[in-house]
Amino acid sequence: MRLKELVKKIRSKNAGPFLLTIDIFCSDKKNFKTIIQNISKVAISKLYKIPKNQINIFPMKQLNIIKITIPRPNIQGSSKDRDLHGASFGIILEELKINNALINK
Amino acid sequence: MNTKVLIPTGALGITYCKKALNNGLKEKPDIIVVDGGSTDSGPAYLGKGKSKYSRSSTKSEWRTLMVAREKLKIPLLIGSAGTCGTDKSVDWFFEITKELARELNQKIKITLLKCSQSKKDINKAFLSKNLFPLSNAPKISSKKIINCTNIVGLAGVEQITEAINTNADIIICGRSTDASLIASLPIMNGVDKAVAWHAGKIGECGAFCTTNPKSGVILISFKKNGFFIKPVSNNTKVTPYTVSAHMVYENSNPFTLIEPGGCLDVKKAIYKKQKDGSVYVTGANWVQDTNYKIKLEGTHVVGYQSISMVLIRDESYVKNINKWSKQVKNKVKEIIENSLSLKKKSYEVQFRFIGKNATLGSLERKNLEPNEIGVLVIVTAKTQYECEEISKILNPLLLHHSIYKNRELPTFSFPLSPPSFKIGKKYEFCLNHVMSLQNPMDIFKLEKYSI
Repeated sequence: MRLKELVKKIRSKNAGPFLLTIDIFCSDKKNFKTIIQNISKVAISKLYKIPKNQINIFPMKQLNIIKITIPRPNIQGSSKDRDLHGASFGIILEELKINNALINK
Repeated sequence: MNTKVLIPTGALGITYCKKALNNGLKEKPDIIVVDGGSTDSGPAYLGKGKSKYSRSSTKSEWRTLMVAREKLKIPLLIGSAGTCGTDKSVDWFFEITKELARELNQKIKITLLKCSQSKKDINKAFLSKNLFPLSNAPKISSKKIINCTNIVGLAGVEQITEAINTNADIIICGRSTDASLIASLPIMNGVDKAVAWHAGKIGECGAFCTTNPKSGVILISFKKNGFFIKPVSNNTKVTPYTVSAHMVYENSNPFTLIEPGGCLDVKKAIYKKQKDGSVYVTGANWVQDTNYKIKLEGTHVVGYQSISMVLIRDESYVKNINKWSKQVKNKVKEIIENSLSLKKKSYEVQFRFIGKNATLGSLERKNLEPNEIGVLVIVTAKTQYECEEISKILNPLLLHHSIYKNRELPTFSFPLSPPSFKIGKKYEFCLNHVMSLQNPMDIFKLEKYSI
């Protein structure tokens, strides 16, 4: 199964011109627990080709939301940037097969 | 004491529900506050000092708010006017306001808060080590600062308070932080700073913190130690979830928010559903900076651009698109270096394969064969002339380049004539720095007018 089918919604946005922020909206507490156990900096680092120490993961227990903030692969609107609003970076996580690709912490 | 702030929309120019606005006006707000800008649409607006939204839609939406203000005799405040909030875009917005005042026969006092910065002064601050990089800020230099096309300082509560204190009917602010627009009047009226800033963040996008984001309008009522978020549009609800989840929106850290003069911490915030359908919020904390700092945004020109677009439908070329584009790139490079005498580093030709991986590039994990590929070719060079020359050198290759020997030349599809387009100057963000100020008004200016 892909992560997309397991959670309510995944959204990616710019957090200013230099950072990207990806929010995973889990369906309930149980779902949140499962997902948070399977989201690791190692996995994010592999998917987004970004060093582990530049990744921040914020579990928001009360809201069943997991926020992941990473540096933009390219500064917003710079000549190498492909996605001005950072709109599609969440799709990489959405399409992730949950059993084999995500590495346990 | 009960301050009410009406927020008609997350951004002027994206429309809002007029019925909901009327419902909100019935609640007798003390001020109407609307945001007019953001960096989210890219560096070109700040680069040029221009608005993202059309003049006509901006004028039409502003007219409704000016009529509402005249009826209620309360201040109307816009921040980050004209998307980027430079002095030029504030003046553009001021012109629209004057036109409307004439058309509506309104006699009004207008205060402008100007936020554009002199490159010389910012460079002086840089040289005296008074500019501090925020996380992921690019490296800066005096040369970069002097070459900026525009630099703005982001106004906060202190500067907006000065503007509101002029007792103007309409306040047009240059670049300001979203949250400070909402937080200013409540703080002036004695509301706890943490409460006001928290409400500022929650209400920054209008009805985004409700179940019906499209309706635009929300009303925030402040008490000294808490605030109520109330939906004013029909079929719209707020819940502790919709309200608290907005802290996550476009924010790198969901628990803290760095603002001019301090930092908001909402880790211990409490969101409670009320009988009248509103949500009451308390419990945030505000940590005041000992050293007052504001944020700067700046853009510089990194070159010029032209683009071309060709459609590849031939199966064998769709299959071999990487090989084809590599060969085209190599040929173009040879011609450019021989006939234009450009050095390798002074220009760039990028191929983006629309339908294959144009969005994610090397991060794309799917590898399905598409029916067709749109090849977007982006040329960046030091002058527009060079861009056009390179595009014209590219054209016959994009039209006819063959990856096979001894076969008739293929012809690919151009959807447009002319086949290449001038983009003009290529702007990039280069400042993500804070600057400390002795007095918050040191680098901001107020202008007062009666019309």
